[in-house]
Amino acid sequence: MFGFGILSGLLILPLVGAAFILTLRGDSEAARSNARWAALATTLATFVLSLVAWNRFDTATAAFQLVEVHPWLAENIRFKLGVDGFSMPLILLTTFLMPFCILASWDSIGHRVKEYYVAFLVLETTMIGVFCALDLVLFYLFFEAGLIPMFLIIGIWGGKRRIYASFKFFLYTLLGSVLMLLAIMAMYWQAGTTDIPTLLAFKFPYNLQIWLWLAFFASFAVKMPMWPVHTWLPDAHVEAPTAGSVILAGVLLKMGGYGFIRVSLPMFPEASLYFAPLVFALSVIAIVYTSLVALMQEDIKKLIAYSSVAHMGFVTMGLFSMNEQGIQGAMFTMISHGLVSGALFLCVGVIYDRMHTREIKAYGGLVNRMPMYAVVFLILTMANVALPGTSGFIGEFLTLMGAFRSNTWVAFFATTGVILSAAYALWLYRRVVYGELDKPALQGITDLNRREIITFAPLILLIIYYGVQPGPILDAFAVPTDALLQNVQAALATVKTAAVAAH
Amino acid sequence: MNPVLTIPDFAPVLPEIILAAGALVLVLFGAIRGERSGEGMNFIALALLAVAFVAVLMLPSERVETMGGSFVVDSFAKFMKSLTLLASAGGVILSMDYMRREGIYRFEYPILIVLSTLGMMMVISANDLIALYLGLELLSLSSYVIAAFDRDNVRSTEAGLKYFVLGSLSSGMLLYGASLVYGFTGNVSFPAIAGILQGQVGLGAIVGVVFVAAGIAFKISAVPFHMWTPDVYEGSPTPVTAFFAAAPKMAGMAMATRVFIDAFPNILGQWQQIIVFISIASMALGSFAAIGQRNLKRLMAYSSIGNVGYALIGLAAGTVEGIQGVVVYMAIYLAMTLGSFAVILGLRRGKVMFENIEDLSGLARTHPVLAFCLGMMMFSLAGIPPLAGFFAKFAVFNAAINANLVALAIIGVVTSVVGAYYYLRIVKVMYFDEPGAAYDAMPVGVKFVLALSSIFVVLFGIVPAPLVAAAGAAARSLF
Repeated sequence: MFGFGILSGLLILPLVGAAFILTLRGDSEAARSNARWAALATTLATFVLSLVAWNRFDTATAAFQLVEVHPWLAENIRFKLGVDGFSMPLILLTTFLMPFCILASWDSIGHRVKEYYVAFLVLETTMIGVFCALDLVLFYLFFEAGLIPMFLIIGIWGGKRRIYASFKFFLYTLLGSVLMLLAIMAMYWQAGTTDIPTLLAFKFPYNLQIWLWLAFFASFAVKMPMWPVHTWLPDAHVEAPTAGSVILAGVLLKMGGYGFIRVSLPMFPEASLYFAPLVFALSVIAIVYTSLVALMQEDIKKLIAYSSVAHMGFVTMGLFSMNEQGIQGAMFTMISHGLVSGALFLCVGVIYDRMHTREIKAYGGLVNRMPMYAVVFLILTMANVALPGTSGFIGEFLTLMGAFRSNTWVAFFATTGVILSAAYALWLYRRVVYGELDKPALQGITDLNRREIITFAPLILLIIYYGVQPGPILDAFAVPTDALLQNVQAALATVKTAAVAAH
Repeated sequence: MNPVLTIPDFAPVLPEIILAAGALVLVLFGAIRGERSGEGMNFIALALLAVAFVAVLMLPSERVETMGGSFVVDSFAKFMKSLTLLASAGGVILSMDYMRREGIYRFEYPILIVLSTLGMMMVISANDLIALYLGLELLSLSSYVIAAFDRDNVRSTEAGLKYFVLGSLSSGMLLYGASLVYGFTGNVSFPAIAGILQGQVGLGAIVGVVFVAAGIAFKISAVPFHMWTPDVYEGSPTPVTAFFAAAPKMAGMAMATRVFIDAFPNILGQWQQIIVFISIASMALGSFAAIGQRNLKRLMAYSSIGNVGYALIGLAAGTVEGIQGVVVYMAIYLAMTLGSFAVILGLRRGKVMFENIEDLSGLARTHPVLAFCLGMMMFSLAGIPPLAGFFAKFAVFNAAINANLVALAIIGVVTSVVGAYYYLRIVKVMYFDEPGAAYDAMPVGVKFVLALSSIFVVLFGIVPAPLVAAAGAAARSLF
């Protein structure tokens, strides 16, 4: 019982790295360099460890694997870790993106370097913790704990309005989450435990489900973020340093979607069915409205942030269509969006590091001096508009198909979002990359350096590879999706029979 | 046989006897040596508190009554007494360097702390209204004096006087309520009152309960009897404020719990609404009024008002889980308060103490360790996991949900988000703003308190079970 497994290792390893960086003395260039290398080594080691976990992972079963249990808060509130087909890909996404974040901060973070990497490594632990917690209190603990390092990252290393953005980010998400905490307590008293596998088998009464669903929704909808509680995201994205944006878009937004899959859908199936029209409506509004808003943005990062909200609309739409295509598509979109939006923010970071502005107007004609950058940006733009052959297409297509099976009109309106996303993304690309290079400030701009090429190459390879070969990802959560749907159907069937019997 | 002639069992009272005798010896020592009795008195006081602590730990766990039933010892009393002794010891340690540097050290100071602690311990173990009042007065009178300990300072003397006037008023209310309760039940002993007050209870007894509640609310600085708190906290010498924020709060919450759970358990419906109201009012005021504060000590005063509100959620539940929540909350609150005040005591340059929020600006760069500790205290006070404060809030909210006080719990979490704003503001000032000049090195004692409380706050989440289980045992001993 006291042995620590591979998942504990994933949680502890970044903390060890952080502790090591804290022991570095002084603020000399040597100390900074050591901090960078230590952070990179830690994140790489964590990634390798997560690959080992993936290697031991069996995709043929829906059960939780690599489970470890340690005594913790109370008899029925334990320190329990485990992964299944939904969480494993997200853990891999997290550990995969982290080294790029470290690399992206290599030169752009010039002050308080040690603290920066410590905050990032602590953040990594909390993110992995969210995805592998098998106890709701533990889940909440990691879910919230991530706020502290992210608050500091935005507030210390952010842009001009960093303080406003960091406070908004923190208080918005906190307000959403505390209601979830109360719901977790209500579940504890109802079911006598906060053990997730036990709760998955527990049937909550219908009335309670409605309230619990709403409380969890308050938290996940803010985290997702769904329209109309998305307003913290553009601010946080714009002000965060590049790597902070990457992690926000790549991983933190996925916590909301993961929460829906892990808690809302399987534990409150009837309430989910009841509220599905609401989620559909919000998703469609998010897709169409935020795409329109994105068209009007003057700031590159803000534009990508709004496009993230639109993509998350596809995720919620797919999830609540409650069929195989919808849920798989939503999961796939989350992974794909993690890679694509992460890479897009890195792309913005490249020109921001050179010009220190994110105004679209300040750029134009970059292709003349940065051909390599233009190619990278083009591929990522295409992936963002879900061109077939990129990973974005698979996810969007599947979610639309799922939505179509569930509600044709929802699919119809959501599809217009696909067109709009092409409009804003291509227009952005045209304004930044094409045209004459007539701005004097841009005359000396240099193309990608070696570090940047190393950063982008694997991301782009994966985006295209998964666009052509989605199998490896889809297989990971195929079995759990079936199991989830079976449980949901069974729960709904009992309700229907009860209703018929009552007549 | 005449019961007066039987000698009561003194064993359960041993910690109190140690403190009382020790305080008398200290008085003699001080009186003989006068001004020459140096700071060794502090260490003797600390040793006394330590011996009393050991004596408390050696008390039996099962419920024992003595002194004709007016003094009771159980797991709850043991736990709360341990906390109180730790808090008092923290108060003494934090004050040692400060008193010397400010030149206000007098040998009475440690004696008054010991006497006040003795009062607290008697309050915690009081099993009838008279014993309760006696303990409370010993505690209060000593507190009034140490609030005004910097006697040449107008703010300090004003704080002492204010505390005294308002404190006497509240003692009067408590006494009036106690006399009503006695009048309508014919008893002063808690178990006897509990036996009589059940089913339909007359209005007179209820009025008595309300007055008792008002008196208690004053002592724990709950709204609407909180007005003295910001002024007294701001005016008193900082280590005294730290002591006020820690030790009497432990005793006060223990007293509230003991009175309501032991004496009025069968009229829960009557007093629950009072507690719910003062809990909501305290949380709301603690959160909103703190937003505008510039002075750290005033801010901590509002913070302590808010925290009392959260702890009262557990009492409002009136269940074993609720009392467990109160106990857990107070234990964690103790660490957070002492830690925060330790940092405030570290803000000194030469002869000048700094106590405004903007004095913290850029602390993360001039004193990274100090800033980290205070930052963790603030996040913990805001209830952010994985810090200890989260587990405190979890315990009380969990009890409230179990007792079906959902509205109270929702208001509680919402005010905690509002409160998070001003805690975050301190983090913001320390981490995001430009640094000022560095401060002097911290005294060893202050460092020691800060280190202990920081370790507790940061690492509590790894092994929370021992404290939670001990608190559960303490709570069960009341039911």
